[in-house]
Amino acid sequence: MTVRDVAVEAYKEALPALAASLVGGLVAGVVLGGMRAELRAVPGLLVLVPALLATRGNVYGSLGARIATALHQGLIEPRVTGGDERLRAAATAALANGVLTSTFAAVVAFFLLTFLGSRVAPLPILVGVAIVAGLLSGIVLTVVVVSVVFAGYRRGRNPDTIVGPVVTTTGDVFGILFLLIAVRTVLAVAGVF
Amino acid sequence: MPTEWTVRAITRAMLPVLLVLTLVELGSGLVLGSFEAQLFRYPSLLVLVPVTIGTAGNLGSVLAARLSTSFHLGTLSFSPRDDELAGNAVATVALAVTVFPVIGVGAWVATLLVSGDTSLALQKVVLVALSSGISLAVLAVVVTFSATYVAYRFGLDPDDVVIPVVTNVCDVLGVVVLFGVAQALV
Repeated sequence: MTVRDVAVEAYKEALPALAASLVGGLVAGVVLGGMRAELRAVPGLLVLVPALLATRGNVYGSLGARIATALHQGLIEPRVTGGDERLRAAATAALANGVLTSTFAAVVAFFLLTFLGSRVAPLPILVGVAIVAGLLSGIVLTVVVVSVVFAGYRRGRNPDTIVGPVVTTTGDVFGILFLLIAVRTVLAVAGVF
Repeated sequence: MPTEWTVRAITRAMLPVLLVLTLVELGSGLVLGSFEAQLFRYPSLLVLVPVTIGTAGNLGSVLAARLSTSFHLGTLSFSPRDDELAGNAVATVALAVTVFPVIGVGAWVATLLVSGDTSLALQKVVLVALSSGISLAVLAVVVTFSATYVAYRFGLDPDDVVIPVVTNVCDVLGVVVLFGVAQALV
C-alpha cells in the first residue's frame, strides 16, 4: 500500500468515531461552561475535571474492552440475567475502582493545592463531590456500556470497535453532568449543616 | 495473561495504573486551574476544554490501535520511510484539520445559544481550535510512535501499554496546548 492508500483508509476508519465523540465533547463543554458558578463556589474543582473525566474513560473503557473480549471468547452470553457472576464481578470492580480513583484524585488535589498555596475548598466537600459523581456516573456508564456492547454484538457488530467511541462520548457527557449534580447536592447538604 | 474475573483480581490489575494516571491528569488539572480566570471570562474557551481533551485523546488512541495492529500483523517497520507510519501520520493531521474547525464553530455556537456570550469572535474561537488541533495531531503522532517503539524495544504488547499511555498523555497535552494557544491568541 502507498502512503496515500494507508492515509485514506485510516482517515475513513476514524472519522465517524471522532465525529461522535465531538458531539459528546461539545455537550460536556456546554455543561461545563454552564457550571461556572459551581466551579467558583468550589475552588479546586476545575483542577479535578481532567482526572475525573479520564477516570471514567479508563475504567469504563477497560470494562467495555473486557466484556468485548469475553464475548469473542464465548466466556459470557450477550444478555443481562443478573445471575452472571463474572459480569457482576467486572461491573462491581469497575464501580469500586472508579469511586476509589476519584476519591484519590480529590485528596491529592486538595493537598497539592494547599501546598501550592492556592485557594481550595474544604477536603470533605471535594471528596464528597468526587464520591457522589463517581458513583452516579459509574452506575449509568456501566448500564450504557454493557447494554450497548451486548446490543451491538447481537446485531453482528464487532464489540471492539463500538466500545471506544461509546465510552468516550457517554463518559464525557455523563462525567460532567453528574459532576454538576454532585456539586449541587454536596453544596446543598453542606449548607444544611 | 488474562485477568481472572473477580473484583479482587481486576482491582489488583487496574488500580495501580489508575492511580498513576490520576497523578498525571492532576498535572493537567493544575494547568487548567492556572488559567481559570481566562476560562471564566471567555466561556467559549471553557466549552472547548472537554472536546479538545477528548479529541486529542481519540486521535492518539485511534493511531495507537492501528499501529498496534500493524505491529502484530508484522507490517510495521520503524523506518522513517515506512509507508504505514507515514500514511497514519498524514491521516492523523488530516483528521485534526477536518474536525477542529467544526469543534471551534460548535463551541462558539453552543456558547451563544446557551449563555448569549460572544466575548470571543467566531474567527478567534475557530483559530484557537484549529491551531490547538494541528499542534495536538503532530504531538499525538510523536507520542504514539515513540510509545509504540518503546513497547517494541522492551518486548511489551502495545495493546496493553501504548493505548492507555497515549490516551492519557494526549489528554494532558490537550490542556497544555489549549493553554499555550489561548495565551498566544486570546
